[in-house]
Amino acid sequence: MQANTLSGGFADPATQSAHAFRSVMEAMARPGTIQDIEGAAPPAPLSPAMGAVLLTLCDTETPIYLAGDMDCEAARAWLAFHTGAHFVGPAHCMFAVGKWDALAPLAVYPIGTSEYPDRSTTLIVECSELAAGATLTGPGIKDQATLSLPEVEAFQVNPTLFPLGLDFIFTCGERLAALPRSTKVS
Amino acid sequence: MTEYNFAYLDEQTKRMIRRAILKGLAIPGYQVPFASREMPMPYGWGTGGVQVSAAVLTPKDTFKVIDQGADDTTNAVSIRTFFQRTAGVATTTATSDATVIQTRHRIPEEPLHEGQILVYQVPIPEPLRFLEPRESETRKMHSLEEYGLMHVKLYEDISRHGHIATSYAYPVKVEGRYVTDPSPIPKFDNPKLGDMAAIQLFGAGREQRIYALPPYTQVVSLDFQDHPFEASKADHPCGMCGATDSYLDELIIDDAGGRMFVCSDTDYCEARQAAGHKGKDAA
Ligand SMILES: [Zn+2]
Repeated sequence: MQANTLSGGFADPATQSAHAFRSVMEAMARPGTIQDIEGAAPPAPLSPAMGAVLLTLCDTETPIYLAGDMDCEAARAWLAFHTGAHFVGPAHCMFAVGKWDALAPLAVYPIGTSEYPDRSTTLIVECSELAAGATLTGPGIKDQATLSLPEVEAFQVNPTLFPLGLDFIFTCGERLAALPRSTKVS
Repeated sequence: MTEYNFAYLDEQTKRMIRRAILKGLAIPGYQVPFASREMPMPYGWGTGGVQVSAAVLTPKDTFKVIDQGADDTTNAVSIRTFFQRTAGVATTTATSDATVIQTRHRIPEEPLHEGQILVYQVPIPEPLRFLEPRESETRKMHSLEEYGLMHVKLYEDISRHGHIATSYAYPVKVEGRYVTDPSPIPKFDNPKLGDMAAIQLFGAGREQRIYALPPYTQVVSLDFQDHPFEASKADHPCGMCGATDSYLDELIIDDAGGRMFVCSDTDYCEARQAAGHKGKDAA
């Protein structure tokens, strides 16, 4: 076990996860807004924002899929130690973690069922930037919002599945934004 | 002194509730199942709301609790004290100063702003429950958008009473998709549910459901073309502050059966009185 496996978690889990959750909730409730999130120092290639989101939401009940570069010994060991989560393939995950290209194809992730649309994957996508971009409308948005997205088409298809669908958290360093399935993108 | 975990609940339970809140926000109006925990208070005291508050509070929050509009009932005081002790939050009775407001049966009169969170205590989250007792059936009805029975029920009201008699927990449709129970708020409050700047979270402890309305969500009270929805209230001004736009409680004020109408939202009424507004019954 490497030394950095043990470090980099929340020093004060109860209050740091409370603050981190507020950032995630504000992001999910107000698509297009960019929130700060801090307190985690995971090993690369996980970003601090990714680490904080995973520490806040994951445990033994939440199987994680690590896509592409993220599926490495350092990330696995750190997440296993700090969250107890186990790792699965994309078809069975509650959370998927990766860069956009590595997470494709989206069709393989659970989108929920008509009676339980909540049983769907949340994808945590590390981005090279979070800025203005595509136009967003829908719940959580007064008039319209804007957010840089890794591509547009996938996010135009996703809301057509509503109330089924995937939810996205975009991380970049120590910041994040989110795009729930209810958001329409143009 | 007893050692509490922050906000009482253990971290694993908070994570589970937090995941449910995020899915609730992503699917407005849909009831997300969660594994409700025993809380050190009876169910009637809003354990669902308390668990949601425990999952969203941070030590930086300023917390307000209202029970039918009042901050000073036993229920409101004990929930406020509970989080003051277990989460170290500041508390307030002023609606505009609060960042998290837990409520039973009212929406504050003063419009909420961005950055605020309104947490509702919900006794029966399923608006179709009185039409269909089986959970497996109501879940199917929601999945198929089979809401015809709900309209039939409301229409029966009209044929029996000449108007829709349902005055509390009046069902709404969220973003044109899910029919949702707004908790037992008076229907006077229904128009505030939609397009609200604050995040609205609903917790039902006994029934183990969480649902949510993100800010600026479209929420429409069910109605009929020939019987449009009306957000009615007692047709009086407040006896204390003179407000004509607030929801009123009727109070018996003496043994002779004298009555007075007064704002149900005590913070709103007191702020108006402090600003010099006076009703006809004010001393
Ligand atoms: Zn008044």
